[in-house]
Amino acid sequence: MNSTSVANEANYLKYRGKYKGLLGWIFSTDHKRIGLLYLYSMATMFSVGLLLGLAMKLELLAPGKTIMEAQTYNATFTVHGVIMIFMVVVPGLPAVFGNFLLPIMIGAKDVAFPKLNLLSWWFYVAGVFLVLSAILFGPGTPDTGWTFYAPYSFKTGTNLLPAIFGAFILGFSSILTGLNFLVTIHRLRCPGLKWTKLPLFVWTLYGTAWIQLLATPVVGITLVLVALERIFGVGVFDPALGGDPILYQHLFWIYSHPAVYIMILPAMGAISEIIPTFAQKHIFGYKAIIASTMAIAFVGYLVWGHHMFTAGMSGTAQYYFSLLTFLVAIPSAIKVFNWISTMYKGSINVQTPFLWAASFIFVFMIGGLSGLVLGALAANIYVHDTAFVVAHFHYIVFGGTGFAFFAAIHYWFPKIFGRMYDKTWANTGWLLFFIGFVTLYSPMFYLGMMGMPRRYYDYLQEFHGGNILSTIGSWVLVTGFVIVIVNLVRSVRKGPKAEMNPWHGKTLEWTVPSPPPLENFDEIPVIEENDGPYNY
Amino acid sequence: MEQAKHVAHDHYDAEASKIGMWLFIFTELLLFGVLFVIYSVYRYINHDAFLLAAGELDTTVGAVNTVILLISSMTIAMSTTSLQKRNKLLTLLLTGVTLVLGVVFLVNKYFEWGSKFEHGIWPGSEYLIENLSQGEILFFGLYFIMTGLHALHIIIGLVLIVVVMWKVYTGKVYAERAALLDNSGLYWHLVDIIWIFLFPLFYLIH
Repeated sequence: MNSTSVANEANYLKYRGKYKGLLGWIFSTDHKRIGLLYLYSMATMFSVGLLLGLAMKLELLAPGKTIMEAQTYNATFTVHGVIMIFMVVVPGLPAVFGNFLLPIMIGAKDVAFPKLNLLSWWFYVAGVFLVLSAILFGPGTPDTGWTFYAPYSFKTGTNLLPAIFGAFILGFSSILTGLNFLVTIHRLRCPGLKWTKLPLFVWTLYGTAWIQLLATPVVGITLVLVALERIFGVGVFDPALGGDPILYQHLFWIYSHPAVYIMILPAMGAISEIIPTFAQKHIFGYKAIIASTMAIAFVGYLVWGHHMFTAGMSGTAQYYFSLLTFLVAIPSAIKVFNWISTMYKGSINVQTPFLWAASFIFVFMIGGLSGLVLGALAANIYVHDTAFVVAHFHYIVFGGTGFAFFAAIHYWFPKIFGRMYDKTWANTGWLLFFIGFVTLYSPMFYLGMMGMPRRYYDYLQEFHGGNILSTIGSWVLVTGFVIVIVNLVRSVRKGPKAEMNPWHGKTLEWTVPSPPPLENFDEIPVIEENDGPYNY
Repeated sequence: MEQAKHVAHDHYDAEASKIGMWLFIFTELLLFGVLFVIYSVYRYINHDAFLLAAGELDTTVGAVNTVILLISSMTIAMSTTSLQKRNKLLTLLLTGVTLVLGVVFLVNKYFEWGSKFEHGIWPGSEYLIENLSQGEILFFGLYFIMTGLHALHIIIGLVLIVVVMWKVYTGKVYAERAALLDNSGLYWHLVDIIWIFLFPLFYLIH
């Protein structure tokens, strides 16, 4: 026998390579182990970010100082933003589920560049530690907000440089992952797996990888410029030396708006896998979903100006950005339409992943539609920089990407760990999380409409009621989160053994054992003419 | 076990490496693209000041460096051909010439920057801020950032070439496994072409 089948006797969790224990993980180039490394590091960072968010909500329980001073509050929302954006939702689903599933879904043994893949994770960890060092050491925790807006970002006395370099390195990690996935999808599809037979999660990873590759360098060089501005005072963004801070905003959002699609596209991909599996029905409008994915990736590039409607921009530019913002909503709406149509007349099997996916659609629609309110020029000026904006993007990024992440972890958990979780506790956790989420963010829409500004530790008495409700929501949400996590962590060791295909899915990852063997497949699969990822 | 691991990772796909390299080059172009955009915007706003400041730069040194980089691009292209023809010695010689030319470029750059420093011109220097207009400050700021970032890329390219030379020498890179040399060549051409744009922008246009 050849040596491949020898390696495949052990699953990837048990396999013993050159190193043992922890070293066997952090030096492993196996895409599955790297996926789990990302999962553990991101779960840690998410918990930190969540605690900071919880602290902010506690501060807003009553007007005036509740638990922290204004400066502490500024630092808290900055660190919360930097952690949640750069360390959690941007790597997000691609780093965890993309790494774990992409090679298996396309019938490959690994990604195209396994060592580069490991390097991405190392960069990620380096970036995390750099940012954390900015918090722990130096003259003060960064207080600029996660956007590092000029000129304050080079005027503030706080320890901003490590945070900026950390964000830069996290960007590099993101670029390398995107590059790796693009080459993998182009080169390593198994025989017969045509582009029109790719699972939709792979398609969204493909679109995401292009954005990662083409948008991230822009923010990379912009952050370098801010760092140089801080160190030398080169003047590029400094109005005192002839530079233009608005230019910084443009360059920042040229990346950071497409970054929103880096966050949401793979989430949509995961939902597009989960819905057909639990409806046991072919996905409705397979090609429409692909087209809308690529359309979002492309048009999403051209809408950055809607973050700057009040920053100083010509009327013509505002019209274009507003129009394009409305356009980019269409492909997202097409996807929602397709998911609903997939469920229509399907025999829906209501399991935990489906509950998360269904609630994803609900919160994503609220987030998306409130985005149109912000995309409209007149309404934007009214609610600009209010709690309305905070509610909107938490509905999209936390409600969208977050819910999809939890849907994905509950969907692929039996495949990843070979164990099943307790479904009753999982559903209880979901219900509390969902109720908490809606209670937490819905009042913010109202508060924003009433004029409560964002990013203040204090507010007027008239906003008290809504804020109390919102803070109570944050407690319910965290309770749900703890239940979900405890249930999952416990099930990794103690859950009943999972079958190869517990949900009756049709994509390739369900044809390999749970957990998958080291090299995924004994023989590279061949896709026949009549096979397809959604042929139920 | 050990062997199985070896099989899993001993996967050579020159086409994949090439696609990967081109994608990486896209990201580099975007990186510099942003700087070119910033340059254009500020040149448009501060047209006269940019002309004035550009007069301070030594066109001869710039032109010599341009020629040096063009020749080095040629030698590295020739080295990939000689590797295909299985002429190891010539390959090493040509990559060596590229290496030397790259170093000469950096030496020129060192003296060029040095003469600016002697005149008290560096980013954020007292002389710059007190005596020059905002447009000139921006020009020199961008000059140091863009040529500095370019020099950093030259250094990375040189390190890459040293690695390739070592691998050619030890026989790990040869005619059938030429991807590393090919890709280093691509990277060197990228560094070259960025300079082709930097040179006229800073030294030539009036």
